Amino acid sequence: MINPNSTPILTVRGLRASINGTEILKGIDLTVKSGEIHAIMGLNGSGKSTFAKVLAGHSAYEVTGGSIQFEDKDLLELPPEERARAGLFLAFQYPIEIPGVANTQFLRLAYNTVQAQRGKEELDPLEFDDFVREKMKLLEMKPDFLDRSVNEGFSGGEKKRNEILQMALLEPKLSILDETDSGLDIDALKIVAQGVNQITNKDNATILVTHYQRLLDYIVPDYVHVMQAGRIVITGGKELALELETRGYDWINENNSSIAGVLA
Amino acid sequence: MTESPHADYLAGLLRSWSEKPTRPLSWLNELRAEAIDRVSKQAFPTKRDEEWRFTDISTLTHLPYLPSRPETSLQLQDIDHLFLPEAKNRLVFVDGHFHQQLSSLKNPDELIIGNLPDFSASHSSILESHLGQHAAFDHNIFTALNTAFLRDSALLIIPKNTTVADPVHLLFIAIQPEVTSYPRCLLIGEMGSSVTLVEEYATLAQSAYITNSVTEIALAANAHANHVRIQRESKQAFHLANCSVALDHASRYQSTSLSLGSQISRYNLDIRLAEEAAECSVDGLTLISNRQLADTHTCIDHVKPNGTSHQQHKCIVDGAAHAVFNGKIIVRPHAQRTNSSQSSRNLLLSKTAQIDTKPQLEIFADDVKCAHGATVGQLDPEEIFYLKSRGLSEVAARNLLTYAFGAEIISRISIPSLKQQLEQIVLNQTQSN
Ligand SMILES: Nc1ncnc2c1ncn2[C@@H]1O[C@H](COP(=O)(O)OP(=O)(O)OP(=O)(O)O)[C@@H](O)[C@H]1O
Ligand SMILES: [Mg+2]
Repeated sequence: MINPNSTPILTVRGLRASINGTEILKGIDLTVKSGEIHAIMGLNGSGKSTFAKVLAGHSAYEVTGGSIQFEDKDLLELPPEERARAGLFLAFQYPIEIPGVANTQFLRLAYNTVQAQRGKEELDPLEFDDFVREKMKLLEMKPDFLDRSVNEGFSGGEKKRNEILQMALLEPKLSILDETDSGLDIDALKIVAQGVNQITNKDNATILVTHYQRLLDYIVPDYVHVMQAGRIVITGGKELALELETRGYDWINENNSSIAGVLA
Repeated sequence: MTESPHADYLAGLLRSWSEKPTRPLSWLNELRAEAIDRVSKQAFPTKRDEEWRFTDISTLTHLPYLPSRPETSLQLQDIDHLFLPEAKNRLVFVDGHFHQQLSSLKNPDELIIGNLPDFSASHSSILESHLGQHAAFDHNIFTALNTAFLRDSALLIIPKNTTVADPVHLLFIAIQPEVTSYPRCLLIGEMGSSVTLVEEYATLAQSAYITNSVTEIALAANAHANHVRIQRESKQAFHLANCSVALDHASRYQSTSLSLGSQISRYNLDIRLAEEAAECSVDGLTLISNRQLADTHTCIDHVKPNGTSHQQHKCIVDGAAHAVFNGKIIVRPHAQRTNSSQSSRNLLLSKTAQIDTKPQLEIFADDVKCAHGATVGQLDPEEIFYLKSRGLSEVAARNLLTYAFGAEIISRISIPSLKQQLEQIVLNQTQSN
């Protein structure tokens, strides 16, 4: 929800990043204020996941220019764990599996780490169990996911739900959901969207990376951005996603300069 | 006698071999005499032997550790922290000698369990057909020595179609320094029987001693055994162990073995799928640090068709420790439609840690499925990033992943109290900082 009085949570200016000497992000500008939902769309390989991972602090990417302000902090100064503790959350496009670590153990560890940072009370295994089961109900997850190893043998959709469960537990200031909708059946999509909608409020913000307009029917964005070759080339409202759905991405290039100019 | 630098030591050992079994049985005496004859014809292996390339036991053969004497001073409260609440039947051996008072037999009518000499007369014929018949000692000096000194032995016979509900705990405790002990186990699973066996080597003293153990397991048709083996000897000890398993038609053998202790340890596990449709799953975890050396040699021998074997061996090696894994899989000409997989995964936690892993496939049948793979590496940076992105510190993330690497094997153990104990050990050993 756009509110003229809200404060910026994330301010990205001229962000450039490369991996193994190849520049992927070529000057990204983006401002996300509290209460807002932003969607980022764009062709495969345009740099959406790279942007998400640079925000989360992945060490494989070298930031070669620009700045990222997260509330009052210089995000680029912080290691990934401190970004997480400061309230930044990335739901991965490809969540990894960790055989041997029970999901409940992992979730509690993450929860307590963030709680401690916020000066709040940590939960013992029993207390946490009650707490996490409530959250799982919202996402219609079976309790046996707690005893299984983190993501091991989870179906694609189950992994995505487990990501949203983590988001629900950690209550981030800024959530970046990288294609959380991909691989979800329509029922799961509704449940996940409901989960996200329940978590969002006027004090936090969400960035949705998606290829599909469908998700945006359930989580209505305030802004839609299109990424191309490492830049945000066009920004519009939710109707831009509809337009992309019918027209594809080709027309953007032709109108690139004029539209971008209008919206800047 | 083969001329070897260790001839003196062997001669000394053989001189100490004077005890006769309490109740002499001709076949048992013959077995021992045969073994002692084999001892005198063999030398200790050196690094020139292919099977011992990585494991130098010359220090051990210079140690004049004589066979242990029975030690009776041990009290229940000294060792009850090692007991498993789930295990109603427990046999305790102190330095290889059976200790009646520390043992506990709760449901002895379900199965035959106890110390070998108490059954050698009443069960002579079944014992004669198994004892020393699976663990060959012609070419294995340690098995030969163990057999030569054979007196006490854990004995388990699971009667036909009997499922023993609670696990059986065989606890071998070392307390005397500078002795050699010869633990021995025999498990006979009759047709359609099922049992869970925990074979554990523990210590109360961080001193140097030698354990030379032999275990024999024979499963008749459709029998099942779940064999958990834990080696947590003193960090100064030498542990040399041989386990031979014979599998009859459609029998199932599950093994989970952990190597945690000892300065030098060697575990040979030989499984023979002697009849059709036998199955085994063989999981192992080696967790060592400092200057420890742990060598695991397994041989899974598919003799008849339709057999299945799945093996996963993991090593976590820290400090200047050295782990060895040699996994041989034989598929003999008649063993068509064998389904076999082997994976060896290894984690090096320091620059001076070392691992030698070698899968060894000998396949003589054509219609077989054999998958195998080996990896040696550090922790996966993507996994570390995932955990850090959830707020965990670098150290916490590394520790958790290292723990998880080992815990995957431990999660296969079905006895809650034991699983918890072992998880704690892995947790303590994998938490730097
Ligand atoms: N290690 C690497 N070395 C070189 N190029 C890389 C490396 N990793 C990623 N890239 C490239 O960076 C570009 C951006 O990838 P990214 O994953 O950010 O795209 P994306 O927009 O998320 O695509 P998708 O919609 O398919 O998820 C791609 O062209 C990719 O091949
Ligand atoms: Mg992507």
